[in-house]
Amino acid sequence: MLSLSLIAALILTSAAVALSLRNLIHSALVLIVTWLGVSAFYLWAGAEFVGFAQILLYVGAISMVVLFAVLLTRRSMDEARVQPSSLRRVIAAVLAGGALAGVLAGAVLSTRFLPGAGRPPEINVRQIGLQLMGPHAASLLLVGVLLTVALIGATVIASSFERDDVSSDPDPRARSRGRLPSNSGDSHV
Amino acid sequence: MNPLQICLLISCGLFAIGLTAALARSNSILVLLGIELMLNAANLNFIAFWRFGPSPAPASGVIFVLFSLAIAAAEAAVGLALVIAVYRHQKNIRLKEASRLKG
Repeated sequence: MLSLSLIAALILTSAAVALSLRNLIHSALVLIVTWLGVSAFYLWAGAEFVGFAQILLYVGAISMVVLFAVLLTRRSMDEARVQPSSLRRVIAAVLAGGALAGVLAGAVLSTRFLPGAGRPPEINVRQIGLQLMGPHAASLLLVGVLLTVALIGATVIASSFERDDVSSDPDPRARSRGRLPSNSGDSHV
Repeated sequence: MNPLQICLLISCGLFAIGLTAALARSNSILVLLGIELMLNAANLNFIAFWRFGPSPAPASGVIFVLFSLAIAAAEAAVGLALVIAVYRHQKNIRLKEASRLKG
């Protein structure tokens, strides 16, 4: 039970710190700690395969994708700092989150759960593979199709289709500044 | 207190943190990260019920979490691609200014 409380403290504090930091790169790096805590919870609960899949997927892949997105969407070194949101919005969000947490915690605490098995269910990688290839084969194929479509779609969305007149302009910032007044229609003023 | 209830309380706290971040922050990458945290909280619930609940099949929770992880990976890839596309059009990624659908 001590290890569970340590894992819980790690997950909750690192998540709260990560999402309240000003610097986007710092929050992406602190979120890696949160995901490591979640995988530690899976290992504690006896789901080793899921724990290592979580490490591979979140700590290895998604954090890198997030860091790439942060680095690709800023123009100078100090632009990873985001401006603070308005105070009203933060207060409303905290109230909404707190109310939801209160309702959920009340529902969890007031429910009588059936007593489960004391030992963790026996599962190994061989059984997971047999289950995936046997009863869940159709879902596995569907997930493969979904991942293919999603990744091809992500590539298409993120790749650039620049027009010829735009790409002939050497300075990208000058062209963004030069295009805006003509869009807003105040060029004759 | 039941250990199942403790696990459910942890995931409920994680979900509330993710929701608060998704509502409060105006940067779209941080909103996406909040949504990822909410997905992680749902996965914690699956594993908690698989471990401590009266489960009929020994592999059901693990299989469910594996599919959910795949969906989360697809969601992260598409979401971050959308962030990059929005940045290319608007030159910033604040959600309030990304209010035009026409590119």
